[in-house]
Amino acid sequence: MNLHEYQAKSLFAEYGLPVSEGHAVDTADEAVAAAEKIGGSRWVVKVQVHAGGRGKAGGVKLADSLEEVRAFAEQWIGKNLVTIQTDENGQPVSKIYVESCTDIATELYLGAVVDRGSRRVVFMASTEGGVEIETVAEETPEKILRAMIDPYVGAQSFQGRQLAFALGLQGPQIRQFTDLFMGLAKLFEETDCSLLEINPLVITEEGNVHCLDAKMNVDGNALYRQQKIAAMEDPSQEDEREAQAAEYNLNYVALDGNIGCMVNGAGLAMGTMDLVKLHGGNPANFLDVGGGATKEAVSEAFKIILSDSAVKAVLINIFGGIVSCATIAEGIIGAVTEVGVEVPVVVRFEGNNSELGRQTLADSGLNIIPGESLVDAVEKAVAAAGGQS
Amino acid sequence: MSILIDKDTKVICQGFTGSQGTLHSEQAIAYGTKLVGGVTPGKGGGTHLGLPIFDTVAEAVAATGATASVIYVPAGFCKDSILEALDAGIELVVCITEGIPTLDMLAVKARLELTNARMIGPNCPGVITPGACKIGIMPGDIHLPGKVGIVSRSGTLTYEAVKQTTDRGFGQSSCVGIGGDPIPGSHFIDVLELFENDPATEAIVMVGEIGGTAEEEAAAYIKANVTKPVVGYIAGVTAPPGKRMGHAGAIIAGGKGTADDKFAALQDAGVRTVRSLAEIGDALADVTGWT
Repeated sequence: MNLHEYQAKSLFAEYGLPVSEGHAVDTADEAVAAAEKIGGSRWVVKVQVHAGGRGKAGGVKLADSLEEVRAFAEQWIGKNLVTIQTDENGQPVSKIYVESCTDIATELYLGAVVDRGSRRVVFMASTEGGVEIETVAEETPEKILRAMIDPYVGAQSFQGRQLAFALGLQGPQIRQFTDLFMGLAKLFEETDCSLLEINPLVITEEGNVHCLDAKMNVDGNALYRQQKIAAMEDPSQEDEREAQAAEYNLNYVALDGNIGCMVNGAGLAMGTMDLVKLHGGNPANFLDVGGGATKEAVSEAFKIILSDSAVKAVLINIFGGIVSCATIAEGIIGAVTEVGVEVPVVVRFEGNNSELGRQTLADSGLNIIPGESLVDAVEKAVAAAGGQS
Repeated sequence: MSILIDKDTKVICQGFTGSQGTLHSEQAIAYGTKLVGGVTPGKGGGTHLGLPIFDTVAEAVAATGATASVIYVPAGFCKDSILEALDAGIELVVCITEGIPTLDMLAVKARLELTNARMIGPNCPGVITPGACKIGIMPGDIHLPGKVGIVSRSGTLTYEAVKQTTDRGFGQSSCVGIGGDPIPGSHFIDVLELFENDPATEAIVMVGEIGGTAEEEAAAYIKANVTKPVVGYIAGVTAPPGKRMGHAGAIIAGGKGTADDKFAALQDAGVRTVRSLAEIGDALADVTGWT
């Protein structure tokens, strides 16, 4: 689950980490009021969306007057921001973050992730702040410093000092950075983060370490014990169909093809998409109906797939392990009858009760195309969608 | 022979009396698995499915001599259950549950590294040695005792590979689902080593997917250590970057973890790769000369 910058910064502030004074607002009037409350004559205004690349897309601005704050808020609230990380529609902007302005002397990078290779939480720091860390890793990997967190003893101050000295920090900055490092490690653990990133972390003109940006992703599996964070979820930032699917414990990811796919199991769902592509078609989506698929889930899956108007055929691929193909067959019949499916539907059943499932579909009198094998089903679906693309 | 489990493996079930534990324990017993009891705290002393219930894993191990445990408890309790099994000296922990917080698995993995125990899963179908012992949720009847070792990050993709090797009469020595999470208890390398050293395994099928670098690490291991023929398949060529494809671990992040990278690494290691999951059986026949 992704957090907005303002949400991450509120958590940073709770953990005593150095962030600017700022307020998230919903209207232009509130934006001006927030700027007046902060005081001074310069503010940074930032749209709040779940996407990087906001600055280059015009979603971050230095405002030199209250009029500029108002103009920025009026320009963006209710609009969509398109960045290099969004699709062509962009992400909806419903909040603006108004923040006091920081005078920057140096930009650094500090982040932490769960590293799958080492099976540890790993902190990364770099003098190359303000640019994408992936680019730094690609082009100048020697400029990324690392600290690995021991799961038994946790982060230690010496690791923060090592990073601070290696970054070339001096005097009181060493202590400030070390405190930040320790605070972030605590935040990471206590809120079940999967990623924390401060890019840029800056040294102000006064010489202080300061978090200019804040990015935070939290492990979706841990939300049951992170209720405060779970409440921060912003559904407006999610794909509507993906969010709808999640309500029924379905995993859906929209793609840009025309063959709707319904499969049980994430691996098989990916494998089925790949087969469609290999046989000249284009998958319209990834959809895993899960191991314990019910009739209702199948029906809902149909609705979600068909809500994509590009879909010209539906391919259903079920290898029954726990789930019975007969149950899925009833779900398909229910959905086709109830939803009114106008495009060809190809079904391949294998495993648990596959014979009965096939028979049930055949007896239904509905126009459902049986796939004799995996490849046969894929080929039929590709043909039904209008042949090879 | 086989790996990890055989007909004599004594198994207990944690979360025995729950709905999942009950359903799959019944099926395991029917398959012939030597299930010797189960653990549900507070229900110790009773019986379930004709087997004794214990309050703790330690008591279950002491009373039954079990060396393997299968875990069907909800995700939030898995860390505790796995650590309890390890503390009780269980040698093989199989955790089926999906949705364990990643930081819990980091702690579990660190503990595992200090023991000689093995863990399979979480978020996996389990382990089966066909005709001898089934620990997990896979359908037993698609399997056939035989000579192919199968290791996979995905449940239903494992079943596809199993079906193709059964249809051709090759059968399976053992099948291991290592699971779709970013931090699994065992990696491909751990299982490949067991298959390489198992006389009953004559060829290996490895089924990977996008995300992480476990397949690349496996490729390097195969190149250096595996003498048996290996057929490799990777799911997710068409997966868009940055999107989690169902499994918590199946995500292309920062340009890393693509299917193409993994295919290339496996090919470089001399693995026979197939781009179509329907061709696993054909490729096996081809590399082994089996008919």
